[in-house]
Amino acid sequence: MPSLKALRGRINSVKSTRKITQAMKMVAAAKLRRAQSQAEQARPYAERMARMLASLGASVAGSPSAPPLLVGTGRDQVHLLVVVTADRGLAGPFNTNVGRFARNRIRALEAEGKTVKVLSVGRKGASYLKREFPRQIVGEISFMGKKRIGFEDAATVAERITAMLEAGEFDVCTLIYNRFQSVITQVATAQRLIPAPLPEAEAASTGPQALYEYEPAEEEILATLLPRNLAIQVYRALLENNAGFYGSQMNAMDNATRNAGEMINKLTLNYNRTRQANITKELIEIISGAEAV
Amino acid sequence: MATFQLELVSPEKLLLSRQVEMAVIPAAEGEMGVLPGHAPMIVTLRGGVIQVTENGQVTDRLFVGGGFAEVTPERCTVLADEATPVAELSRAEAETRIREAEASYAAAAGESPERQDAAMERLLSARAMLQAAQAA
Repeated sequence: MPSLKALRGRINSVKSTRKITQAMKMVAAAKLRRAQSQAEQARPYAERMARMLASLGASVAGSPSAPPLLVGTGRDQVHLLVVVTADRGLAGPFNTNVGRFARNRIRALEAEGKTVKVLSVGRKGASYLKREFPRQIVGEISFMGKKRIGFEDAATVAERITAMLEAGEFDVCTLIYNRFQSVITQVATAQRLIPAPLPEAEAASTGPQALYEYEPAEEEILATLLPRNLAIQVYRALLENNAGFYGSQMNAMDNATRNAGEMINKLTLNYNRTRQANITKELIEIISGAEAV
Repeated sequence: MATFQLELVSPEKLLLSRQVEMAVIPAAEGEMGVLPGHAPMIVTLRGGVIQVTENGQVTDRLFVGGGFAEVTPERCTVLADEATPVAELSRAEAETRIREAEASYAAAAGESPERQDAAMERLLSARAMLQAAQAA
């Protein structure tokens, strides 16, 4: 049986752990709110961009001069996976989920005989993937130390992808990230970036489509619109990842706080029992000592 | 007077969404005035100032650094790379931006024409920003 002093020490240490996890939960909750509103504010742009792309893409996709950002290289051999994870841990299964999802995906693609390259965004995923797939990693980007993810950060990632496409380093590009479904659920999702999946707006809206005039020509607009669209998709993934991370962290810390509470209760009970046992033992010793005299 | 819905969005947020009478947008091939009932168009924008008119008066002037606009008879959506009210522009920032753009243009001299074009556009956009800042 542990001594009273050791028990007291453990109770105190668990109490201070609980204080820390509680504080982290509060911080995560506050940051979650900010991250969520940032994600929401970015939505209108993405929506309108998708609408424009739908009307433009439909008219250009069929032509042979369509840009590779839209239709890809026409092959399906080299896959680039852009894996987005958080820069920090202590968020429950958040990073592991994406990591496992990416791992399964890589294994499946390699089983089909494809070549896989991985571009890792975020520090946690990089360390996991580097251990599992040291050969496939072609680059890693991290926004460690940034207070707030801006659109420029996403643009640098997108530029990197575009440059790789121009150099012919891959045929198909897929983005893997944690989609923010609600505060308690984040779903690891794969989203194809190149070739761009055309939103099926033209199929959904049955009414006569307005015929747009383009200035300058469609191809030229697309040439500027597509890189932008890529950046926007990455930006959205980064924001969702961010919001999801704080949601997950909040949850994990909430659980940790609760577990610490339970542990304190158990330890306190144990402590009291031990204390009583000690007192009883001492009493018995005194009484039997007195009887012996 | 008749109005239409003007929306100005940047990647970071929705900046403006309201009924206006007229908007002048800096399209790539010249300034373009949009009135209600405009023919549907999709245009690219260069760096310049969007001028919003309500009740016969210019009520808002916003600088955009480039982007796209979609015009339909009842709506005009501007997707700006960045947007700032003209009154908040700073001349010093515009000047540093011009210097940066000039440097990147010089650096792009030996590269592909697309890159040169992109650098040129940045430079023009920065110059437009300075102009707008000076006019304010």
